[in-house]
Amino acid sequence: MMDARTKEKIAFNVLLALTLLVILPVALIVGVILWRGLPAITPEFLFAMPREGMRAGGIFPAIVGTFYLILGVAFFSIPLGVLAAIYLNEYSERNRLTRLIELAIINLAGVPSIVYGLFGLGLFVTFLGFGSSILAGALTLTIEGLPVIITATREALNTVPRSFREVSFSLGASRWQTVRHVVLPNAIPGIMTGAILELSRAAGETAPILFTVAAFYLPRLPQSVYDQAMVLPYHIYVLSTQVPNVSVKVQYGTVLVLVGMVFLLNVLAAWIRARLRKKKTW
Amino acid sequence: MVANKIEIKDLNVWYEDARAIRDLAFNVELNEILGIIGPSNSGKTSFLRTLNRMNELYPNSRTEGVVLLDGRNIFREIDKHLLRKKVGIVFALPLPLPLSIFDNVAYGPRLHGVKQKGQLAEIVERSLKAAAIWDEVKDRLNTGAFKLSGGQQQRLCIARTLAVEPEVILYDEPCSGLDPISTLKIEEAMQELKKNYTQVLVTNNVKQAARASDRTAFFLMGEMVEIGETKEIFTVPKDKRTEDYITGRFG
Repeated sequence: MMDARTKEKIAFNVLLALTLLVILPVALIVGVILWRGLPAITPEFLFAMPREGMRAGGIFPAIVGTFYLILGVAFFSIPLGVLAAIYLNEYSERNRLTRLIELAIINLAGVPSIVYGLFGLGLFVTFLGFGSSILAGALTLTIEGLPVIITATREALNTVPRSFREVSFSLGASRWQTVRHVVLPNAIPGIMTGAILELSRAAGETAPILFTVAAFYLPRLPQSVYDQAMVLPYHIYVLSTQVPNVSVKVQYGTVLVLVGMVFLLNVLAAWIRARLRKKKTW
Repeated sequence: MVANKIEIKDLNVWYEDARAIRDLAFNVELNEILGIIGPSNSGKTSFLRTLNRMNELYPNSRTEGVVLLDGRNIFREIDKHLLRKKVGIVFALPLPLPLSIFDNVAYGPRLHGVKQKGQLAEIVERSLKAAAIWDEVKDRLNTGAFKLSGGQQQRLCIARTLAVEPEVILYDEPCSGLDPISTLKIEEAMQELKKNYTQVLVTNNVKQAARASDRTAFFLMGEMVEIGETKEIFTVPKDKRTEDYITGRFG
């Protein structure tokens, strides 16, 4: 019979080993991408147009396209998501409509991303006539991301103590005054963190942009929101499956740029959170 | 003939199916301090929160009956935001907002449209003085309100309530978390405020009601058992239950 100490040791080591197993794929992915992609990162790669059928030159248009797309998603999804969350959290009463909306949000979060792509194709590209464009892509990604922003915003709103609202109401404040002066200022860090994380997720999405914005190759940068754009995730797909004889270096370099962008956004979110948490006085 | 500031008629409050307040009917007189005592679950706080319609914030609450403020029905004839400005409340726990001392007091006046800096500064100073905390904070109005001690925070909350120029001040066990000296300071402030304000003090501390209030009402299971001059309630209560409660035989 083993004694408790031995059992404890075994348990500890088994748990440690399993945890290491979980981070192994992450370490491998990051390691391989860095190892094979880093040599590709040169100023030309980042800031030049592609050459030789995208086998050489840079990926500048895909970076710019992704940047525009994220900007578009931020423009639509942050106001919409935050305002919807404020309505649900601060205004609505618990009734059938509210429950229906909440059910819709939960279900929206469970829809496979390719379905969003097809939905965007049907609604924005064809029916509303935006064509395959940054506008259509941003709107499609916005719809896909709304549940995330709404949920993150509601969580942030819920971290503001109820008592702050009570105090505000007790001084004769209306709901909007209370939201504007007491709730939002204290929820902003959480809302921003959630929004940025959502944007970083949108930056890496492939299926929803497939039919709504992504271009195989464009000789020039997009000029308006009605233009198609090259975007990183689709560009990676193109380089790895659609164009023969692309060097591994270029493929991994592109992947590294995308992962780097997402990583930077995540760091930004963490930084904002840490900074504002320090300022918090309650 | 004393003037009545608040008249309560047939007031009932429910939470779901449970009745928290039963057929209340009495008056709060102008510029008095009315103490309300009673064991927990006797409806004291529900009653208090009904007077400025804060109870409506609980989604499952329901109110029936009439409350008149200066003869006007608070449920029908007064906008609830205006009502809450006129009938301020100080909560059981000190609840400063996460703002500076100055901004805490200026929060209410700003809501109601005071923008001018000089005017705000004047209101803040006057309110802090009335709540007997000015001398302790006048040199650090821009520090966070959470830096103050519990007793100071509670007086700051009183000042914040005063800043919107209410006519009635409700206190919901305002000293429940405070030490005796802080409690004394708040009771002194209340006596000063008597000149200009009608005050209703809900307290779990029977002695506080005896010290601070002009009249006292005894609540039990949502009903008002007895109301009268504090001296009389504490010396010759009419009802056996009141006597039992104030002498500490239950509750």
